[in-house]
Amino acid sequence: MRLEKCWFCSSTIYPGHGIQFVRNDAKIFRFCRSKCHKNFKMKRNPRKVKWTKAYRRLHGKDMTQDSTFEFERKRNRPERYDRNITENTLKAIKKIDKVRVDREARHHAKRMKGKKAKEQREAAKELEQSIHMVKAPVALQQEPSLTLPKIKVKVSQQQAEENRMEE
Amino acid sequence: MVQYNFKRITVVPNGKDFIDIILSRTQRQTPTVVHKGYAISRIRQFYMRKVKYTQQNFHEKLSTIIEEFPRLDEIHPFYGDLLHVLYNKDHYKLALGQINTARNLIGKIAKDYVKLLKYADSLYRCKSLKVAALGRMCTVIKRVGPSLAYLEQIRQHMARLPSIDPNTRTILICGYPNVGKSSFINKITRADVDVQPYAFTTKSLFVGHTDYKYLRYQVIDTPGILDRPFEDRNIIEMCSITALAHLRAAVLFFLDISGSCGYSIAQQAALFHSIKSLFMNKPLIIVCNKTDLQPLDGISEDDKKLVMEMKAEAMKTVIGQGGEPTSDEGVLLTMSTLTEEGVISVKNVACERLLDQRVELKMKSKKINDCLNRFHVAMPKPRDQKERPPCIPQAVLEAKAKEAAEKEKRKLERDLENDNGGAGVYSASLRKHYILTNDEWKEDIMPEILDGHNVYDFVDPDIIQRLEELEQEEGLRQEQGADDDFEMDDKELTPEEQEALAEIRKKKNLLIQQHRIKKSTAESRSTVPRKFDKDRKFTSKRMGRQLSGLGLDPTMAINRARSRSRGRKRERSLDQGDNAGDGAMDVDGDQPNKKLRMRSTSRSRSRSRPPGEVVPGEGFRDSAQKVKALKLAKKSVKKRNKDARRGEADRVIPTLRPKHLFSGKRSIGKTDRR
Repeated sequence: MRLEKCWFCSSTIYPGHGIQFVRNDAKIFRFCRSKCHKNFKMKRNPRKVKWTKAYRRLHGKDMTQDSTFEFERKRNRPERYDRNITENTLKAIKKIDKVRVDREARHHAKRMKGKKAKEQREAAKELEQSIHMVKAPVALQQEPSLTLPKIKVKVSQQQAEENRMEE
Repeated sequence: MVQYNFKRITVVPNGKDFIDIILSRTQRQTPTVVHKGYAISRIRQFYMRKVKYTQQNFHEKLSTIIEEFPRLDEIHPFYGDLLHVLYNKDHYKLALGQINTARNLIGKIAKDYVKLLKYADSLYRCKSLKVAALGRMCTVIKRVGPSLAYLEQIRQHMARLPSIDPNTRTILICGYPNVGKSSFINKITRADVDVQPYAFTTKSLFVGHTDYKYLRYQVIDTPGILDRPFEDRNIIEMCSITALAHLRAAVLFFLDISGSCGYSIAQQAALFHSIKSLFMNKPLIIVCNKTDLQPLDGISEDDKKLVMEMKAEAMKTVIGQGGEPTSDEGVLLTMSTLTEEGVISVKNVACERLLDQRVELKMKSKKINDCLNRFHVAMPKPRDQKERPPCIPQAVLEAKAKEAAEKEKRKLERDLENDNGGAGVYSASLRKHYILTNDEWKEDIMPEILDGHNVYDFVDPDIIQRLEELEQEEGLRQEQGADDDFEMDDKELTPEEQEALAEIRKKKNLLIQQHRIKKSTAESRSTVPRKFDKDRKFTSKRMGRQLSGLGLDPTMAINRARSRSRGRKRERSLDQGDNAGDGAMDVDGDQPNKKLRMRSTSRSRSRSRPPGEVVPGEGFRDSAQKVKALKLAKKSVKKRNKDARRGEADRVIPTLRPKHLFSGKRSIGKTDRR
């Protein structure tokens, strides 16, 4: 039993899921769900479809090269069973996972590094430029603080009386 | 050779059948159609052909009969005599002669009628001539019918005669009835002759074959012979006499010393002496049978004397040959077919003596010298007295012995399975023979999947080392990375500013949404003048709210708007309904409008309307149209399910076994599938 990778989105395919397509040139395409399968049939390039891992790796959204990936390599020659090695392997898998996750987080953080400052700048600029939408410049001159004015409707007494009479 | 292939003679048909066969063949194989309008030569030819064809067929068949039946003069005298004994030579010859005459007669008939046909002048005459010819031929055959029947009988009998080769090594068994001849032949050969307590159980010759010194011997069992004058003998006895007379064989004369056959030794001796002329030039052996009932030594003196006389006679035959006086055992033998003692020795002796005799004869003939020159048996002389057996190395012998022992001792997997409950109960442990560094690990179950990874992909002997390196690396990186994780947040917005920003963004979004709606509905939206504004976007109240929301004082603006919309007349009278505001922001005209008034009066009523009701600003003809439009709008938005996934309608089967599918016959076709 092996866990395979979906050809389109690169997620793991667990046993009992998905579809395998064998082309006439004997290349096997595995899909995790019908979404990927249908996209494939539409001849979409996974490198251009935003939510796939292929796209993300290509566009640098996800970590591409790392030593943690070297640990997982498909070996075609079976190794003779050794309990100690197996134990170590199982423990190691967990640790490697942790390391990988940390590194991915770091990668993401690095990617997002300048965002906050940028956002703040943008916010300030927007505030400055569009303040007239919430507070009239006249009111701003009178009261330089940014407290928003309350809504007031001044209706004359006459009007109010007439309305009441009609009702 | 004609001698033995009596089985190959073709069947002789019955008289009637014969005629039927020939006539039907004529009818089938010759043309059948003739008309009187044909040319006369053609008609003649037609009928002549029929006559000739019939004659030819008769001739053929009769010839085969005549030729296939053996001529008694031309076959081996043994067979000749045998056939004479069985069927009477004269009758046989007569029958064949009659067939021959029939053949000739038919030939003559045909010739005559063909001659007559040549001069026939009409179809009718031709036809009657042909009928006459065929009729006469058939009569001839009918007359010969009995002969045909007789020949058929003979043929059947001949086919069942035993195939005796008169020239090969033969052993003949003769004696009184019931002495044990058939039992003897049953013992030494595979023949299965009837053995019964009554006399003349064997009524004809029987042949068996036995082997001695790599040679095949024929053993012939004869029916019993009684002591009678030659002329009185019946057919059965004559068979054995014939055999005795003509076959060059070793003769075993059987003697029943116990007398249980019903004849005393004296009678048997008498018989012996009467036929001893037939034993000329044949190796003779006297066999005393049934010694289990009466041993040879136990018989009376007279009988013993008789036996000795017979033996003396037999010795004569021996001495007459090679000139070597053989011992008594070569001439007089005892045996018992019941207990089987002495049977084999009798056979061996008989075979030996026969062989010797034959060899002697061959040696004396002239032809042998030619043969002798041609063969030479090479006998290598031994070089020395040393024995040289085949050489097998010791290791091979040991190995063979060990393998044999092991094969018996080894317990197979199948045996193990059977011991532990059989095929369904026991499941073989396939890991028994695994070669691992530690045998305790044989039954270990290794996980294949962990946390979404294949464990096999990670297995590596030096994974520990690599993991350590990785962790070191990670440690280093963490230290480095800790420094530049802090970002300056000096430009943080105050809560007020945040609120303002949020407000700005909300307003912007709203504008964008509205613009989008406006853009998307532009084609289908009815352009309605502002006085029919149903959403009441253009009221002075609203304006006032918006302006005060911005922090400005709206009163002046509202008053101005009102003043402009109301008109002067309104200032005077307060009772008239005011129409300020409703769609009147841009009204330049001072004239009050009836519609405006109406609108103003309705302004005080509640604003919620049922969805189907048409408001004049919308562009619908009536409420039905509006309702339909709403429906269509809803429908167009619904996404079509192209997945062919099971939907609500697919869940329920209303009737599991509807009657129309599970009952009734079909107008065509089968109903074995429902």
